[in-house]
Amino acid sequence: MDIQIDMISQEHMREMTTMEKIRFILDEVQKGKIVILESGLSPDEEAKLIETTMLEIATGDFTGIEIESYPPSHEKSGVLGKIFKKTPRSRLTIIGPANKMKTIKKDHKLISAIIMSKADE
Amino acid sequence: MSFIDGIKRWFRRLLKKGNVKIGIYGPPNAGKTTLANRIIVDWGAEAEWSVRDLLNGVSEIPHETRRAKRKGKVKIKINGGSLTLDIVDMPGLATKIDFHDFLHHGLSEEEARKRAKEATEGVIEAIKWLNDLDGVLLVMDATENPFTQVNVTVVGNMEARGLPLIIVANKIDLPGASPTRIKSAFPQHPVVPVSALKGENMEKLYEAMAKYFG
Repeated sequence: MDIQIDMISQEHMREMTTMEKIRFILDEVQKGKIVILESGLSPDEEAKLIETTMLEIATGDFTGIEIESYPPSHEKSGVLGKIFKKTPRSRLTIIGPANKMKTIKKDHKLISAIIMSKADE
Repeated sequence: MSFIDGIKRWFRRLLKKGNVKIGIYGPPNAGKTTLANRIIVDWGAEAEWSVRDLLNGVSEIPHETRRAKRKGKVKIKINGGSLTLDIVDMPGLATKIDFHDFLHHGLSEEEARKRAKEATEGVIEAIKWLNDLDGVLLVMDATENPFTQVNVTVVGNMEARGLPLIIVANKIDLPGASPTRIKSAFPQHPVVPVSALKGENMEKLYEAMAKYFG
């Protein structure tokens, strides 16, 4: 069975509101697709995505999402960078259906996941 | 914590009435309820709590806590000062909940479906609480990989809100526990290794709470 992977550019995501992003991601994932976001979601958007995912689990057969992103980077430059701490920058994020995607390793530099086709499940 | 975060916190404290509300967050089975119980045993107003109450509401089955529970006020006295906190034990955060997983713990299908539904509601409740807190104790199981998305999301949300966060590296009494791994995963935040169950290193946690939540 083929599994579709959609890689979504930063520009495309920037055009959407928070709820449009979340609806888009969950619709794609519930169709069985893997979504890779070039620029990720903000922490608040991640929380809203988890919240909306829970609402959809409660109302159907959907069991949730596997989502992985790198921890936010905290590069500071010089004294001013230390005083005016920047909001953490969101980074590349991969999201898939919990029953098709499984993270096997994750650290600062590497996210390793397996994607299962129906025959593997 | 940056200089700006310090000023924001000072203003919040100036305008705030009542106690400092602290949420205990983390993935299922990290030891959140045991930690909340340990704090109450050590400092709670309910003097009848004793060590035997540590495992109240604790279970091996994930998502045992499915409603946010205010554990009551605690007055922590440390280094000559004191700090009154309102501790809220949160349901475990997760991005997936499958009722089939509960069947492996001996629950009937009806019980498993009910627990799964309540667990989803608990996650929503825990996320909504993020807007109503003054600080977070993020509990991680020190024997597990700390790079879970739940941990990354909670840390990101607290940083975006400029609120204080202490990472509690729990279960250091177990073989394979590695608080160092947690420290290297989140170097920008204080990490305190403890065993909430055995009461190990809790003094260090209370010192950190007085420093960052006070």
